[in-house]
Amino acid sequence: MNEQQQTLWNFMWQQADKLLAQTLQHIGLTFISLLLAVLIGLPLGVAIARKRKLSSTVLGIAGILQTIPSIALLGFMIPLLGIGAKPAIVALFLYALLPIIRNTYTGITGVDAAIKEAAIAMGMNQWQLLTKVELPLAMSVILAGIRTATVINVGVATLASYIAAGGLGEFIFGGISLNNTNMILAGAIPAALLALLFDFLLSLAQKLSLKKIKMAFIALPIVLVLLSSLYFAPTAYGSKLTAGFTPEFMGRQDGNLGLRSKYGLKIHTVVINDAVMYKAAYENQLDVISGYSTDGRLKAYGLLVLEDDKGIFPPYYAAPIVRKDALVKFPQLEETLNLLAGKINDSIMTELNYRVDYLHQSPEKVAKDFLIANHLWKGAGSGKGGTVRLGSKIFGEQYILANLYSLLIRNYTDYSVVTKTGLGGTKICFDALNNNQIDFYPEYTGTGLLAILQAPQTVIDSLTVDSDKTYRYVKSEFQKRYAITWLKPIGFNNTYALMMRQKQAQTLGIETISNLKNYLEGKKNEYD
Amino acid sequence: MIKVHDVSKSFGNLKALDHISFEVKEAETLILLGTSGCGKTTTLKMINRLIRPTSGNILINDQHIEDQPTTVLRRNIGYVLQSNGLFPHYTVAQNIAIVPHLLKWDKKRIEIRTGELLEKLHLSKNHLPMYPHELSGGQQQRVGLARALAANPPILLMDEPFGALDNVTRSKIHTEFKALDELKRKTIIMVTHDVQEAFTLGNRICLMDKGRIIQDGTPRELLFKPANAFVENFLKEQRLQLAFKTASLADLWNWLPTGTEHNDTRALGADTDVWTGLESFQFSDSKTLTILHHQKDEVKRVGFEQLIAAFYQYQKILAT
Repeated sequence: MNEQQQTLWNFMWQQADKLLAQTLQHIGLTFISLLLAVLIGLPLGVAIARKRKLSSTVLGIAGILQTIPSIALLGFMIPLLGIGAKPAIVALFLYALLPIIRNTYTGITGVDAAIKEAAIAMGMNQWQLLTKVELPLAMSVILAGIRTATVINVGVATLASYIAAGGLGEFIFGGISLNNTNMILAGAIPAALLALLFDFLLSLAQKLSLKKIKMAFIALPIVLVLLSSLYFAPTAYGSKLTAGFTPEFMGRQDGNLGLRSKYGLKIHTVVINDAVMYKAAYENQLDVISGYSTDGRLKAYGLLVLEDDKGIFPPYYAAPIVRKDALVKFPQLEETLNLLAGKINDSIMTELNYRVDYLHQSPEKVAKDFLIANHLWKGAGSGKGGTVRLGSKIFGEQYILANLYSLLIRNYTDYSVVTKTGLGGTKICFDALNNNQIDFYPEYTGTGLLAILQAPQTVIDSLTVDSDKTYRYVKSEFQKRYAITWLKPIGFNNTYALMMRQKQAQTLGIETISNLKNYLEGKKNEYD
Repeated sequence: MIKVHDVSKSFGNLKALDHISFEVKEAETLILLGTSGCGKTTTLKMINRLIRPTSGNILINDQHIEDQPTTVLRRNIGYVLQSNGLFPHYTVAQNIAIVPHLLKWDKKRIEIRTGELLEKLHLSKNHLPMYPHELSGGQQQRVGLARALAANPPILLMDEPFGALDNVTRSKIHTEFKALDELKRKTIIMVTHDVQEAFTLGNRICLMDKGRIIQDGTPRELLFKPANAFVENFLKEQRLQLAFKTASLADLWNWLPTGTEHNDTRALGADTDVWTGLESFQFSDSKTLTILHHQKDEVKRVGFEQLIAAFYQYQKILAT
């Protein structure tokens, strides 16, 4: 335990620069959106307190906005506002709106009618009534709303890293993808502390005596603006091209780290979720992205894979990995899963992915069509021989593979299948397998080597060129360390790849990663 | 000074006021008396335009109240509420200074005026930095009154101003209220449902019921010349006490036994009402009461029975 803590501190110490930048971005995102929400929400709350007929409509709309899942809301924002800070701030702003409008409305309508009547009868006008009586008396309720909104925003702001807006989510989601607990904690702990800190500070403001509330009135906007400006403090340098990398890619040897060390590639980089990355590249929001070589959207969005001329991306051959005891418990399983071995090459997988990701056919239908076309389809079995639990990660290809395996098992054995699809990342999926929550899932040799085994550099250097060697190494290491078996590879190699829009790559004359590097170096004076 | 002419008010289908007309002369205290829902508060709130009449006119000093900005109108009319309506986030000093502030008085002038009011209303300087919740109910009501009087408005509207106070505090404040010079110069309209209060404080009383004025007259007129059975019934239960209150010792002068030597220092003035005269028997050991009639420069010494007998004589005359 102590060792764990030690390494967490080490990690945080080593990454202090990034941690500080992310924390400042996080605070900035939280408070820019909060400031906007106060600027809009407060007057709106006052307005509906005056015209109460409007209150149910306005509160209803704000309530509906609140119920949209945060990821979905960020998704809606991309076509409208692109990626980066703008959509993140708008999404956070929309979340912060309801508590602020509602509490302003409740606070103002809650002011004693006799006090309001006295104020009016003494000859105060509407503005004096608002600023001298209603707002001061509603202040603690309004502050409670701002407090709620702040805590919500600190939490939701972690998701901003999905759309390249930065914040502590970069560590959290990077850590989940990379199976790196320290990285997760390095993001999660500061985020939790921020929430507690701001909640505490605002609770102090709320308890201020009525006398000091005037000061709070003046101080609040100033503090908000100051905190908001933090977002711009660590603004990265600009460059002609912008790269969008997934949090996983950012932290991997066979990702951004390798690009820097082996190629010396320096490019303005934002962190982004892979679900929106391709679209962002297609819409000129990003120029270079870290995709997967079999991704269907490659075809859909006209993207070109840059050749990895220095060979930093190790082979990522997909194969099912199964817990040993599951192979014993389900004797027919190995044979059934191996039915798929060698059946899908890169172009077939890209085609299948294209049908799911771009044509929006269901993974189940795509899987069934494939099996029928390859004469692997048979009637379903009895389903009485026990239940196999099957997992998959949270992207299209894994859904297709999961459906293929699920159908094969139902066709060729008497087992029934429960699928747990959409297990967040490598770490979540592998932990589920290792802790006997699932029996098997499709994994990639490169991921096994680097993210799960975290093999030393010497081993990686000796393996990366040769796909067979890699497969054999991970197979034997998994057997030894986890009692997990790698079955035969399916055939395709879904490796990491850098990709650009075909048109742009042609115009700039870029075909390989080295070309890209040279192009950037040639323009070095412009982005430094 | 204030003329309410043929005013009606409807809330939807409900007719709250039905062709109300009355006048209040300068320095007069008019009481709007009636049970809950009779329209008395609605009437009051129309004077400072908290409520707008459906039809009819209200004039102050012959000027229509809608002919000037509401804020200007209201700053010239003091307003006292039953629940005092003090600002909880303002100190006593700030509460008193609200209207002077709105009128942009300078600091010095506000300070002097606040000092005056404190003295007149039996409040101390120590109260100034306190918040309303730190004061007793009676003190809060005094601050409410000070706030209404602060900018020296010629008119004072009072909506059940003493309704929230206990009996002892209320009668104490009634006494102070009557003694306050500043109030004697004001034109006051006060709403109450308390008959005793109406008879104690009012120069004139409008007895209201179901949105109409049933009778408009002096306390004595209401008591002895009721317009109809409603008025008679309304006052019936407290009739005796009210009668004692409306008559002064001077009114009974002719029926009291003739003079004795003026040698008692604790004599009551003849302008005292009979009720107070009778009460004073309880507070002194003396079996007789010495009354001093300033105008006539006469002194009379009477016993309890003599006083009661004189009162009945007086009442007989009034009834005929």
